[in-house]
Amino acid sequence: MNLTLRIWRQSGPEDKGRMVTYQVDDVSPDMSFLEMLDVLNERLILAGEEPVAFDHDCREGICGMCGMMINGVAHGPQRGTTTCQLHMRQFSDGDTIDIEPWRAQAFPVIKDLVVNRSAFDKIIAAGGYITAPTGSAPEAHSVPVAKANADAAFEAAACIGCGACVAACPNGSGMLFTAAKVTQLSLLPQGQPERYTRVIGMVEAHDEAGFGGCTNAGECTVACPKGIPLNTIGRLNRDYLKATTKQADNTPGS
Amino acid sequence: MAVTGIILVLFLIAHMLGNLKVFTGATSFDHYAHWLRDIGKPVLPGVWFLWIQRGVLTVAVLAHIAAATVLARRSRAARPVRYAHRPKVQGSYAARTMRWGGVIILLFVIYHLLDLTTGHLNPVGDPSKPYSNVVADFAPERWYVTLFYTLAIVALGFHLRHGAFSAFRSLGQQTPRGEARARAAALVFAVALSAGFLVVPFAVLTGLVS
Amino acid sequence: MDLYIEGDPIADTKAPDGPIETRWERRRFEAKLVNPANRRKMTVIVVGTGLAGGSAAATLAEQGYKVKSYCYQDSPRRAHSIAAQGGINAAKNYRNDGDSVHRLFYDTVKGGDFRSRESNVHRLAEVSVNIIDQCVAQGVPFAREYGGLLDTRSFGGAQVQRTFYARGQTGQQLLLGAYQALERQVGLGNVEMNARHEMLELIVVDGRARGIVVRDLVTGEITTEFADAVVLASGGYGNVFYLSTNAKGCNVTATWRAHRKGAYFANPCFTQIHPTCIPVSGDHQSKLTLMSESLRNDGRVWVPKAKGDDRAPRDIPEDERDYYLERIYPSFGNLVPRDIASRAAKAVCDQGRGVGPGGLGVYLDFADAISRLGRKAIEAKYGNLFEMYERITGEDPYEVPMRIYPAVHYTMGGLWVDYDLQSTIPGLFVIGEANFSDHGANRLGASALMQGLADGYFVLPNTIANYLAAGPFEKLDASHPAAVEARRDVEDRIQRLLAVNGDRTVDSFHRELGQIMWDHCGMERSEAGLRKAIDEIRALRDQFWQRVRVLGDGDGLNQSLEKAGRVADFFELAELMCIDALHREESCGGHFRAEHQTEDGEAQRDDENFSYVAAWEFTGTGKPSVLHKEDLKFEYVHPTQRSYK
Ligand SMILES: Cc1cc2nc3c(=O)[nH]c(=O)nc-3n(C[C@H](O)[C@H](O)[C@H](O)COP(=O)(O)OP(=O)(O)OC[C@H]3O[C@@H](n4cnc5c(N)ncnc54)[C@H](O)[C@@H]3O)c2cc1C
Ligand code: SF4
Ligand code: FES
Repeated sequence: MNLTLRIWRQSGPEDKGRMVTYQVDDVSPDMSFLEMLDVLNERLILAGEEPVAFDHDCREGICGMCGMMINGVAHGPQRGTTTCQLHMRQFSDGDTIDIEPWRAQAFPVIKDLVVNRSAFDKIIAAGGYITAPTGSAPEAHSVPVAKANADAAFEAAACIGCGACVAACPNGSGMLFTAAKVTQLSLLPQGQPERYTRVIGMVEAHDEAGFGGCTNAGECTVACPKGIPLNTIGRLNRDYLKATTKQADNTPGS
Repeated sequence: MAVTGIILVLFLIAHMLGNLKVFTGATSFDHYAHWLRDIGKPVLPGVWFLWIQRGVLTVAVLAHIAAATVLARRSRAARPVRYAHRPKVQGSYAARTMRWGGVIILLFVIYHLLDLTTGHLNPVGDPSKPYSNVVADFAPERWYVTLFYTLAIVALGFHLRHGAFSAFRSLGQQTPRGEARARAAALVFAVALSAGFLVVPFAVLTGLVS
Repeated sequence: MDLYIEGDPIADTKAPDGPIETRWERRRFEAKLVNPANRRKMTVIVVGTGLAGGSAAATLAEQGYKVKSYCYQDSPRRAHSIAAQGGINAAKNYRNDGDSVHRLFYDTVKGGDFRSRESNVHRLAEVSVNIIDQCVAQGVPFAREYGGLLDTRSFGGAQVQRTFYARGQTGQQLLLGAYQALERQVGLGNVEMNARHEMLELIVVDGRARGIVVRDLVTGEITTEFADAVVLASGGYGNVFYLSTNAKGCNVTATWRAHRKGAYFANPCFTQIHPTCIPVSGDHQSKLTLMSESLRNDGRVWVPKAKGDDRAPRDIPEDERDYYLERIYPSFGNLVPRDIASRAAKAVCDQGRGVGPGGLGVYLDFADAISRLGRKAIEAKYGNLFEMYERITGEDPYEVPMRIYPAVHYTMGGLWVDYDLQSTIPGLFVIGEANFSDHGANRLGASALMQGLADGYFVLPNTIANYLAAGPFEKLDASHPAAVEARRDVEDRIQRLLAVNGDRTVDSFHRELGQIMWDHCGMERSEAGLRKAIDEIRALRDQFWQRVRVLGDGDGLNQSLEKAGRVADFFELAELMCIDALHREESCGGHFRAEHQTEDGEAQRDDENFSYVAAWEFTGTGKPSVLHKEDLKFEYVHPTQRSYK
């Protein structure tokens, strides 16, 4: 099939950037979206034009490196699918496809479709872990975990940190990402000791990074390739409320 | 947001139930309206309760708007460069119309106060006769008032649906089943309240109440 | 000119002798320690943030060292370990099915076709149990039973259920555990994290590894970084084949640059071809996708009995199907080790019985399992894999059997290390897939994750102290002649790549190199093929340096430039792989020489002449490498012909 692409080109962080139109012909429906861009890039290079920069690595939908707005939808039209796993059979001959980078204050554009998502790492560094230095662990079977909790924790842990939730959110909020980690760890017995300091640290880091506030709009969970459920945010809110009221009375152990 | 919203919602519920008194006839409705001004007697003198209530509501409205403004400004700041391809709404429309919906409701509230509280914009405009004010307001030849009223209430319905769900969320609703229930409750509540508000003008319009 | 020169043998001097169960404990006891106050004065560079590098960086920082960590992705959480699906082995014997440290040790030595070191493998089996404890404490959401205890499953090549898993995302969950421990140390200021930085050279001063040259992939800035020791955890080099299950960015650059600076490269030709990948769909193919091996627990592999039978699979009656794995290997059936399953698939396709486009595929059929267990049960076990398959191929595996074909997956070879995981350059440690240590000629399923975490959490943090006890070493800065030279080399290379401005893209070269390697150094190798490949690689490499086109400059994000540097190193590695494969006149594990097979087509090992590790020394561009042999001794597991029949 033949396609018209309008792609955001921006040579560097300082450049203003613009949409540029390209024609790509003979696209096979079996190609992945990124393979289609590879074909375009090969052609651009031979024509002496700089190829379109985009992030990707595993191309298996698990590393979370890829991601772009495709016709205004994060990761494109197929639900539960990362950009790298999107295949061209989702499009038809003659389509025009707009391709833009994630847009958020906290995710500044580096070049073309490549953005800086290190704000996510900062949120994790601010509490998204269980303190368990190597060597200090008890025997794995000493603490059983109810299967239902283990499964729900797993569901939240499936987040790949791609940032589609932020890109899709009308408020540019990173709450789904933050809530996914809070939920995973607060469902496990191992996560209890740090439960309340964790949520405060992570929410503060989230706000500091310049993400917007959550208004429960629900766009994030629709865009999320891993289907992280919106109720994780409820769990975060609950922990956060408890944490802030606990913090207020300042009694250790309360 | 959730707390101020809940105060306003409580008021709306009372307001809606009060409105339904229209169906009990002119005397009873007028009596109710006057009683409203006197609640609290003899502990509180005269119209104190009314003014306390007005005060609380005004503060709640202002705080609600202030919180909304903070959120809106934050989200603008969080996305300084807009998308060239306008993102499709994939989540809930109710959620995406909170801001504009809120503005419409605010404009309506101002109109509504000038109309039925101070009487400035009401054809009868006699504060001592609320029943006839209402009947005059929604008379068939003044269909545009009813239309505006209806639009505002529909906007309110949307606003409430997402507002109520969102309040559950903000206050920590967290399980998937609870989510389904919260959504359903928010929907039922929004529909019931809007319906409650809408029956009055339509009753007048159709002559059921005259 | 000779392809290589044989040099002196090499020996691992760090492994203690004595009873195998006591060796690791003795080594830990005999190794020197660094007191906590001194640790703070020392810096360790860790290149790579996968299971090996991430766990090592976090643990070293917990111990009190200053750590500088590097990865080429935008976040340490995206290292390729994230893609591992199936699971991680551990000798917990929670199933009471006869497992033990000794059995895991035995299985791994045997699975590696007797080309690994007993001492190393035993240590791996010992610490495997600690890994599970550690990960659970970090909140890794492993699959659990209804009673709340951990679930396990069986995995290719093992008859016990010792594989722990987190649905089809085990690598992801384990890596996130290590990543979170790492980020905690970043937050505490003990680790300096440098994402989007690529190591392009090793700095060796007075015979010790003392630093690296890195390029900031965003700004293009090239800097020299120093430390008291350098740890490489940069993963495997399967991408030399262009098409593999590895992430697009996986590369050999870090280890190859170290090799050029004196670190020996061991067994480069030992590569693993995974039997269950989605077949190639066309020329545009940029990578191959693995379908977890766990699918073989319930799927049955078959092809039509007749050549060129192009009926739809459901129309082929039962008695016209050949369930060839069950037929040839009745006791292991569909669960034979990877190398055997892969070669069997190639064999049936070579007979013209392959299915799908180009006849390069075999069926993996779930119809029986679905009718036995019900669709629900299959969905619960493999739902996400089935979805992935459908997204990629557009076919529904609940209805039509999957098509699978082998693909390059893992590299057992890597930099040579001793028992302490130190390379032949003092102060240069190599962990994870980047070293050669524990898997011999073939890795068992679910053992790479185990090895990465064993190295990073438990082995290296203990053994590195023995080296650092002599530190801190002399302070260095960018003006040191060795640093200046290393940096200049990097800059020159970048300028050279940019200056060619030829008429072919980097990818076109990479693709062609990959095809040569797949054809001649893939599942089956022969002397004639390997010689041909060496000539072709050399010719193509010359073409590369004359005709490659890399646009833009080095002063910012330039993905073509990154790729070009990696492909240039793959060219050099590819040649060494072929030489290694050519010199090893036997078949073992993933290395199958057509000349060395039994009558019924099984691999024929030659323990008399080849029971050694081939460690290659670099002697200069265009000069033949020198081969150093490390003899392997088997005191506990006696080499036998592997049989899975
Ligand atoms: C699809 C797939 C499925 C798998 N499934 C399983 C399984 O089920 N069980 C199992 O046991 N094993 C499995 N494996 C194998 C296993 O995942 C890997 O062997 C293992 O994760 C390697 O870990 P590592 O830490 O050594 O390297 P990696 O995780 O590959 O990490 C390499 C790191 O080095 C960095 N790096 C590389 N080069 C440079 C450079 N030049 N400069 C700076 N940084 C650099 C990268 O950024 C990255 O952080 C699988 C492998 C694949 C490909
Ligand atoms: S929550 Fe979903 S969309 Fe957001 S980062 Fe995680 S996987 Fe991506
Ligand atoms: S490239 Fe890894 S998720 Fe898309």
